Amino acid sequence: MTGDLRGTKELVRLSLRRDRWLLPVSVLGFAAMAASSASATAALYPDPVARVRAATTVNATAAIVALYGRIYDPASLGGIALFKLTAVGAALVAILMVVLVVRHTRAEEEAGRLELVGAGVVGRAAPLAAALLTAGGASVALGVCTAVGLVSAGLPATGALAFGAGWAATGMCFAAVAGVAAQVTTGARAATGLGLIAVGAAYVLRAVGDLSEAGPGWASWLSPIGWNQQIRAFAGERWGILALPLLAAAALVPVAFALCQRRDLGAGLVGDRPGPAQGRLGTPLGLAWRLQRPALLAWTGALMVLGGVLGSLAHNVAGLLDSPGLAAIIEQLGGKQGLTDAFLAAEMGLVGTIVAAYGIAAAGRLRAEETAGHAEIMLSTAARRGRVSAAHWLVALAGVAWLLLVAGFAAGAGHALATGDLSQIGRITIAAAARVPSAWVLVGLVVLTWGVWPRATAAVWGAYIAFVVIGEFGQLWGIPQVIIDLSPFVHSPLLPGPDPHVAGLLWLTALSAALIAAGTTAFRRRDLAP
Amino acid sequence: MSDVISLTGLAKSFGRARALDGLDLSVQVGEVHGFLGPNGAGKTTTLRILLGLLRADAGEARLLGGDPWADAAELHRRLAYVPGDVTLWPSLSGGEVIDLLGRMRGGLNPRRRANLLELFELDPTKKCRTYSKGNRQKVALVAALASDVELFLLDEPTSGLDPLMEANFRDCVNELRGDGHSVLLSSHILGEVEALCDRVSIIRDGVVVESGTIAQLRHLTRTAVRAEVAVVPMGIDALPGVHKVVVEGNRITASVDSGGLPALMTVLGGAGVTALTSAPPTLEELFLRHYESAAR
Repeated sequence: MTGDLRGTKELVRLSLRRDRWLLPVSVLGFAAMAASSASATAALYPDPVARVRAATTVNATAAIVALYGRIYDPASLGGIALFKLTAVGAALVAILMVVLVVRHTRAEEEAGRLELVGAGVVGRAAPLAAALLTAGGASVALGVCTAVGLVSAGLPATGALAFGAGWAATGMCFAAVAGVAAQVTTGARAATGLGLIAVGAAYVLRAVGDLSEAGPGWASWLSPIGWNQQIRAFAGERWGILALPLLAAAALVPVAFALCQRRDLGAGLVGDRPGPAQGRLGTPLGLAWRLQRPALLAWTGALMVLGGVLGSLAHNVAGLLDSPGLAAIIEQLGGKQGLTDAFLAAEMGLVGTIVAAYGIAAAGRLRAEETAGHAEIMLSTAARRGRVSAAHWLVALAGVAWLLLVAGFAAGAGHALATGDLSQIGRITIAAAARVPSAWVLVGLVVLTWGVWPRATAAVWGAYIAFVVIGEFGQLWGIPQVIIDLSPFVHSPLLPGPDPHVAGLLWLTALSAALIAAGTTAFRRRDLAP
Repeated sequence: MSDVISLTGLAKSFGRARALDGLDLSVQVGEVHGFLGPNGAGKTTTLRILLGLLRADAGEARLLGGDPWADAAELHRRLAYVPGDVTLWPSLSGGEVIDLLGRMRGGLNPRRRANLLELFELDPTKKCRTYSKGNRQKVALVAALASDVELFLLDEPTSGLDPLMEANFRDCVNELRGDGHSVLLSSHILGEVEALCDRVSIIRDGVVVESGTIAQLRHLTRTAVRAEVAVVPMGIDALPGVHKVVVEGNRITASVDSGGLPALMTVLGGAGVTALTSAPPTLEELFLRHYESAAR
């Protein structure tokens, strides 16, 4: 076994060299996000009375609890400052670690670079060990920087340490999950997908558990993100719970290594079946659909489950909301509709944001096909540039619409089953459909960036994160409304409810069309840039 | 219109790096044209400009009578391309890729497709992810060679093939020539170029430095002469067209321009030559001369 790990040190250095921007930016980004939330909240709620009032409101609002979790100690500044970030942040850390581990294991293997590395004095298990060490080290650094940031923002050191440790342990746990996923599939995309499904499932289980009055409370205990909340930083820290994610990681890492030892280079647990000798594909659109179909199917399944869970919870949450003085927070959340509608509108907003990420990934295929050299061979045929690019953005646009309809239908069906009111299916499906144009804008941004400045296509992910973070924290941080309004997500109507706000939808749709038109025009005029 | 490809004064820069610097190239209808040059000389850039994937900064490019940038899609119906570095969609089978590319070029000849699969011993049911470099190249070759097109642009098409497959590839190209197709073949394999090409262009630092038939090029190279003489004559190195004279005892070696041979023979005859070998000029020498000066 020790021989199998030879070269690990050099490979860690290689990963650090490759990620010399990604790692520091994301580690410091997380720490800065936590610290700025803490200092902004301290200014907003200087006295405990104000904090208790705000925290009670939060805990009584099911939509907020489902999205972010509970505040365990209403009087603590840390609790209210970080309740939005505890679970959301843990999920983002988890996503980062999944991407990181797959990027240095299966993605390298699929690209054939691991073959070159493996021919050197490098043990069979070294690449996996190096990826896990890199991700584990990044998790620790992220936890430490976050704790330091929180202390410097004026929060108590014990709570800050527990909060940082919670994020770090969650990161390690999902790094191990990704380590296993990378052994199972032969494609890096599929491995990342598996890891992200695990993150999503953990988040949904936590939401179900947090709404314990509406659903089974034990669900949280099945979820690493739930464990992270149960550490209860700033609310009588329960240090012992930190052991759960670490034990899970300790159990998964040997599994990953055992799978890695057993398989050949390039092979997975799920082997490649032979394909047809004669192909039926004959158009760029057919090819794009064929390439994107597996991802869309996986997303469809995930959103069906997410929609169904959220929809079936909606009926019960109205009963929780009997506390008076909620008007302000409900107003902020979902307008003056019924409480159930407010819950559903908030959840559809969340689903719309998640589906926008699908849109970015799907449209990002344009760039991936170009860097992989596939666009070169496609464009050497009689296919026009316009058609080759349209194929992928059409799949992205249609995929976004399809996924939101699926999620809306599943939520409506869940709600209809619980209430016996079949008309809910239509209402909620329409509510989800109203989120389509804002996600299309992100697709448009990808196409524009790719057309004008192809090497910067991945920067749209940065814009997406900025839209989400500013949408969540913009008001708290005192960011001017003009900047908050840059996010397409704030311009969607809050449905279901009496707020059709149709003009916003038309504007968003027109904007997406303009972005796509500009991007494809730019592509027709530029050199191919592999 | 007797040229399928005609490039004049073509220039292309990437940032500060000048890839093409006034390149002239012409490929005539029905000829197999070799395109040679050291790594990084600009071969692939030229091919990409011909395919309308890159736009030239300056110069004129005509391809099959059209403009390779403006009329790209129409022109591509009449040509097939094999890239130097073939990457295929990992989740598709080889057969699917062949048919996809064929359809997008405007149709494949099914009989030729079957023959080529057999000739190149390619299993079309395997996923592209599992193909070796040579097999990926075969996929692109089958897709290109089974198309009914006038012009083939081949960028080092045999760099991953085994010698047997390379021989099969040569047969295919000779067949194409017999049917009146035109081929632009970029290659490093001199034997291949010598066996296949009617004309050759050598590119260096973005400029074509030599162009002509193999015989014309050969005329430009020097013959290696080795002689044993009774008495070493004086002043051999002063003879016109005689270079690199080395004298070891009574053995003389020199490399001689074709124009310098008669004078040298006279001198050697007078010196009582006892043994004489002369190696015909090889293409390799010509290429090395150009490649080396590129490295300098």
